[in-house]
Formats: sequence, C-alpha cells, structure tokens
Amino acid sequence: MVKINPSEITPEHVYISRRKFMVGLGALVAGSLALSACGKQDPLPSPTPARANGTATLSPSANTDELGDKLTSYDAITNYNNYYEFSIRKEQVARLAQDFKTSPWAVQVGGLVHKPKTFDLDDLFKFTQEEQIYRLRCVEAWSMVIPWAGFPLAKLLQEVEPMAKARYVRFETLYDPEQMPGQKSGGYNWPYVEGLRLDEAMLDLTLLATGLYGKPLLPQNGAPVRLVVPWKYGFKSIKSVVKIDLVEEMPTSLWMAAAPREYGFYANVNPGVSHPRWSQATERRIGENKRRQTLKFNGYAEQVAHLYTGMDLKQWY
Amino acid sequence: MVLRRRLEGRWLQILTHLAALLPLARLGWDYGQNLFLVDPVREITTRTGKTALILLLLSLACTPIGTVLGFKEVRRVRRALGIYAFIYASLHGLTFVGLDYGFDLALIREAIFHQRYVLAGSAAFALLLPLAITSTRGWQKRLGKHWKRLHRLAYLAGVLAVVHFVWLVKDIREPLRYVAVLALLLAVRIPAIRRAVSHTRRRFRAQISRTRSSN
Repeated sequence: MVKINPSEITPEHVYISRRKFMVGLGALVAGSLALSACGKQDPLPSPTPARANGTATLSPSANTDELGDKLTSYDAITNYNNYYEFSIRKEQVARLAQDFKTSPWAVQVGGLVHKPKTFDLDDLFKFTQEEQIYRLRCVEAWSMVIPWAGFPLAKLLQEVEPMAKARYVRFETLYDPEQMPGQKSGGYNWPYVEGLRLDEAMLDLTLLATGLYGKPLLPQNGAPVRLVVPWKYGFKSIKSVVKIDLVEEMPTSLWMAAAPREYGFYANVNPGVSHPRWSQATERRIGENKRRQTLKFNGYAEQVAHLYTGMDLKQWY
Repeated sequence: MVLRRRLEGRWLQILTHLAALLPLARLGWDYGQNLFLVDPVREITTRTGKTALILLLLSLACTPIGTVLGFKEVRRVRRALGIYAFIYASLHGLTFVGLDYGFDLALIREAIFHQRYVLAGSAAFALLLPLAITSTRGWQKRLGKHWKRLHRLAYLAGVLAVVHFVWLVKDIREPLRYVAVLALLLAVRIPAIRRAVSHTRRRFRAQISRTRSSN
C-alpha cells in the first residue's frame, strides 16, 4: 500500500474516503495478481517505449504535477464539467448526472482484433490501477490539474491483440437519451465518438481512468471509465466509454462532424495553432487568477512530440 | 398626493431601473456568498456580457414596440436601457481587460486581433461609447437631426454584439436565440413590414371595437 499524507489542499473527507478506496484498490490488485498466478498472462509484450521519467513515479500524496503546478480542487473538478450529454452548462452537469447508472457496465472491444472481448467493471479493475497526475487543457482555454486513477489503455488493447492492419482506435460513449437528456436535443450526431491513432493509443501516457483524487469517478467526470489523453484538448478524452474498435480508417469524431473546420482529428494542445475563432496561446488555470502561457502538447512534448515528426501541425490540427 | 401622481406615470421607469440593477446586485450578492467557486472570471464575464446584450436589445426594441404595437410608454425608458447596456458592457470589458488579462497590454492586443469575437465585441463597445456620451438632452439638442442618425449606430452595435456571442461559443444554440430576436427587430424596421404589421394591428383593433359596439 502506498502511504498517503493528508495534504493541505485535500479536504479531510476526501483523503479519508481516498484511503478507503485505496484499500479497495489493493484488494482488487491482489485479486488480479492471484488470477495471473493461475496462468493468465499478458498476450503481448508492451510495444511502447518505457514511460518517460517524471509523470509515472509521482506518489498519490503529491500536491502538484511534475511541473510543480498545484492540483485543482476536488470540488472544482467535480462541479465544472463539459459533458453535453447532460447539459451544455458546466455547472449543471453534476446535478443532472447524479442518478446516472454506472453499474452494471460493459465495454465492448472489437473491430480489427484477434480476441474481441467485452470487459465488465470487474475486468477493468483487474488491471493495476495507478494514480497519474495530468494537466487537462480544454479547447475553451481553461485548464486543471487532475490526479486520475486508472491504467494505460495499451494494457487493454494488448489483451485483445490488434491485427496488423489496425491503424486507429475508435471510441464511443453510451447512447441512452433517457439517462442523458442532452442526447434528446438535436444539433449533434450522438453518440459521442472519438479516435486516436494506434501509436497514440499505445503510449503509456494514454489512460483509461476509473477514479480521481483516490475516489471512484463520478458520473459528471465520465464514470465508470473514460479516456484521458493529456496532451490533447479535453474533448478527445471521451467519457463513459462503452465501445472501443480497432479500425483501418481515421474515425470521424463527433466534433469533427459538427464543425470540421474547427475541430480536427489530432487536436493536440498547441499555443501556436489557434482555434479558427479564438487564440490558444494562453489559458486560465481553474483556481488561479493570472492567465498562463499554454505549453506545446500541454507540457508533454518530451513524451509525444516524436509521434508527429514531419507533420504540419497547422494542417493536422 | 403629488408624489403618488408622479409615481403613477413612472411605474415603467422605476421597473426598468430596478430590473436593470438587479443583475449587478445579484452578481455582488453571489460573489459575497462565495458562489463563484470554480471560475469567477468567466462567471462575471458571461453575466455582465449577457446582461449588456439583453439590455441593448431591449433598448432597440423600444421603438418598434412603440410604433408597431402602439405601446408608446416604452419610449420613455429607451435612454435608460441604452445607458445601462453601456454600463454593463463597460463592466464586461473591464473584467476582460483587468481580471482576465491582468492589464497585460501585449496579451490584450494579441487577444483583440487574433480572436475575431474579441474584435467584434470591442467594436460594439467602441460604437456604444459615443452614443452613451451623447445620450443627454443637451447633446440631443446640439446635434439636432444628426442625433437620430448617429444613434442608429445602436443597431450596428447590436449586430456586432450578437456576432460576438455567436463567435465565442462552442455550441451556438443559445446565441441563435439572440440572433432571432435581433433579426425580428431589424425586420420590423423595414418599412413594408412595419406598415403591414401596424395595418393588421389597426384592423384588429377596429374589429374588436366593432364587436364590442354591436354587443
């Protein structure tokens, strides 16, 4: 078990329930270890390079990310959400999503894979859950620092064994207008769809998150399982995922379909490439007063820039 | 008695002042209650901006409501609505320049010229400024017939303000409502449409009085 110190920025009830969650997590991890002792092995060795120093090794009790930026408060993270399936008003998502059913849940993984598989929550929690502190930069030019809990997407993809011709990963959010009132209104091509290039998806930085601040994800944050791609604008980090497909062609995301001139497939955080209607040069960190300069690839250039060598990032926005 | 009579003719003015000051009072109250937990700058910016836009559209609605619907009293509050719109637009701009961009001139210059919604908003504000200054009776007299022409710029400011709103959001459904209202206000300024509407109104009225007298 990891030692957790109550930090000055973490309210008591949060770290106490986090402690409970970590105990639960420990039990789950022990369970999965027992299973793997029964002969269940990862089918493929990891094809991705070892995780870069810094981001992976932070202890859960850290108050800051690897750049020294303070964690955003739990209250802000759970009450300020862009989740159009519930509401286009960020402050209303938490209330509208509170009764969202996150269990039972199934993530259907298929497409160009050798071993298609549907993962239920138990399956997902069999992957070792680790805490990752990532910056989240919204395309609307605000940002947060969030301590996620989850596991690399690569771990899940290795289990289904992508075929050689698979080049992209396509993700889909639950479609359930009864539970998600925003899906009843027109204007968007529901369900929400996002995509990654396979090499982006296999990077250890790319996370499937199941918790934050040591607690299980709340519906407004994409419970029970969501993608986190910290070097891309927030809308790439699709929430409440029910379907993951390996495909050959570049998937068309909901935002690409809604406004192709404004939202591209890559959506890498880039202060040098403006949104057609607003600048991305600066951002407002939630909880801070002064604007700060936006970092290229949201500060993860060292880990991800090599994926885009030779590409014109203005063209592939 | 005198006070009462004075108040009687002025209920609309009093209502206008109260209604126009309410959003500011609420802003102060909510801020005091610490309700702007997550992003106070955005909250203050959107609230002042939206109030300014609504007041501006209301001020533009006064003339059509007076001529088309025949409710002439609203013309008395047009000036107040316009000035309140300008006050909220000033607060909105000040929030942007001061709270959001910390008076950093280089950043602000970049923001204005690299984000077309800021350019549209700044232009709308630049148009409102001379209108607010010349809104007094003294200036109205001094400018004579030019005053009316000058103050037609309020329509252009309204168009720019709505465009500013459309350009700055990711989901345009909300600003589209303002586009619809503005389109309606501009449409009833078209002479043919104005004549048609007031003609129907008069016929409608005549019909009502005819049915009444026949009863």
